[in-house]
Order: sequence, then C-alpha cells, then structure tokens
Amino acid sequence: MIGPEEGVMQSRAQAMAAIFELMTDQPLIVCNGFPSREACKLRDRDQNFYMIGSMGVTAGIGLGLALAQPQKTVVVFDGDGNVLMGLGTLATIGALKPKNLIHVVFDNEVYGTTGNQPTYSRVVGLDKMARAAGYVNVERVWEKEDIVYEFKAMLADSGPSFLLIKINEQLEEADRIAFTPPEMTKRFKESLS
Amino acid sequence: MVEADDFVKGLQGIGFDFFTGVPDTILGGIIAHLTEEGLYTPAVREDEAVAMAAGAYFGGKTPAVLMQNSGLGNALNVLESLNLIYRIPCLLLVSWRGFEGKDAPEHLVMGETMTTLLDTVKIPHRTLSAETMVDDLQWTAKTFMEQRIPVALLLKKSIVKTVQP
Repeated sequence: MIGPEEGVMQSRAQAMAAIFELMTDQPLIVCNGFPSREACKLRDRDQNFYMIGSMGVTAGIGLGLALAQPQKTVVVFDGDGNVLMGLGTLATIGALKPKNLIHVVFDNEVYGTTGNQPTYSRVVGLDKMARAAGYVNVERVWEKEDIVYEFKAMLADSGPSFLLIKINEQLEEADRIAFTPPEMTKRFKESLS
Repeated sequence: MVEADDFVKGLQGIGFDFFTGVPDTILGGIIAHLTEEGLYTPAVREDEAVAMAAGAYFGGKTPAVLMQNSGLGNALNVLESLNLIYRIPCLLLVSWRGFEGKDAPEHLVMGETMTTLLDTVKIPHRTLSAETMVDDLQWTAKTFMEQRIPVALLLKKSIVKTVQP
C-alpha cells in the first residue's frame, strides 16, 4: 500500500465534488461508467460531456478539444482502467504539450463499474508514466486539501497537467445518464460555441 | 494521378480543417503535405485519432482521420460507441491495402472484407478515383453534414501521389 491509511482516502464522488467547487466554465470530458453517472448527479452542467462507451479514449477527446480551442482550459475526468486502456495517449499529450489540458485521474485501482476487478495501477504508477511521457505538472494526491491545492495550481499554470487522485472503491448511488447521446453532443457543442 | 496538394486543397475546399491519423504508405504524400502546412496532428492509434477528431468537432472543427485499413479494426469500437451513437461526424480517409488480394499477407483479410465491414456497421463509404474526385468530395461533404456520422473515403494505391519510403 503506497498511500496513507484507508480512512484518509476520499471516495470518487467526494474528490469530484472538491474539484467541481473550483471549476467555472471549463469544458469537461468524463469517462464512461460510474464516473459519468456520478459527475452528472453531483453537478450537471452544459459544459459536461458524459461518455457512455468508447472506453480508453477520454483523454483523446479532451486533447482534440484542447487543440481546437486553445483559449479554453479543458478538464478530463478519467479512471485508472481507462488510462491503462489508452496508454499511448499519455505519449501523444506529453509530446504535443497542450498548455490548456488538465487530466484528472481518479485511481481506485479497480474496474469499479464491473465489479471491482483489480487494475494494474496498484503496481504501475500512472503519475510516473505521465511524467515520463512529458506532462509538465504531475501530482499524486490522496486528501481533500491536497486535491484542492493542486487542482487550483493546475488551473493557474500552463499544462499539460496530470492529477492522480488515489481514491477508495466506494461508488455513489447514481442513475444512468438521462440524456440521449445526440442530446449530449448538441448540448456540449453549443456550450463551446 | 492526383497531386497530394490538390487533394488537400479539395478537402479544405469542402471545409476540412483538422487532420489527424496514423500513417500508411498510400497516404504518405497527403500526410507530408499536411505536415508541411502545419495542419497534421499525429496520433499513436486510430481509435485515439478518431477520439481527437471528436474533441475537435466539439470545438468547432471539421475533422478528418487518416489511417490504413488495418486501423479500422483499432478504431471500430470508438466509431460505434462514440461517433455513431452520439452523432459525431468525421471523415475517415482509409487506404485500401490488400485490394484484389495483391499485397502482403497481413493485408489480405481486411482488404477483402473492408467494404462489407463498413456496410455492416453502417458507415457510408466511397472509393476515390482521379476522374470522379470532385464528385467524391461533394458526396463526402453532403453525407458528413446531413448524417452527422463518420464517412469513409477509400484510397487505393496510385490515386493520390505519395512519397517513396
């Protein structure tokens, strides 16, 4: 166990809530599974794009948006299973270095949506991989006050930034996303124009 | 044979302004020209490229993704569970390796089944030719705008000039 004792760890919903407190109008891409459902329940906003499928490409979507709209800070809510599935994107982001991309990874070391099967992030440090790939700011945090401190700094600094938040496995009760996928596309795209 | 810069001008003429992808020899000339013009963002996998294109579309761009047809396999899940269900369009510029069985063994199965595969997943496609290029591009723009889903232009060898490796 790399982190502090279990009791200090946040649930993903708690960690997300702490970040939502700091966000204003930044566009947000949320990975598939419970993270999207939790984000929708915690703070639904027009600038949220919820993925329901296409696991592994959350950061890729965020990267494309960051390149298309360099004046906006793009935030990505990702998971450890998602990052591991699309590891190559760490290299693409590290190489292209978009200054306006903040990649937040909620790392519970399991595939939580499908029954807590373990991922390799227990033994492979995703923050070390991001740093090696060339992300400019990389932090690993557990506690709420550190989440707040580091995310605030990332909002102010030039990226790309990678915030690895070690969380517990607790899921928030949250329904499936009520919007149809085309509605989400329309709403999100309009929020950006 | 079509010059790469004429082909790129044709794509820009119908609105395409964001280009990403993974290279193939057939696409080499197009990628070289796009890179010269500072228009090309390389991806490491085809599904990543399709995802970047989706993000760029959200941000107001009209995106195109270049790939070898083997990459269609890599991109298939994103095309199905992102683009097709969310109505996120992109142009897929796909090189047709393995056309008529004349290629290295690794290209033969995809070369033979690619159009059936595209039909099965309901991605509209057309095979580019020098003679019909203007019409092909118009069809591409129209399908993209009307259906808001991925649309594929298939590129056989020696249609658009390439660079020698």
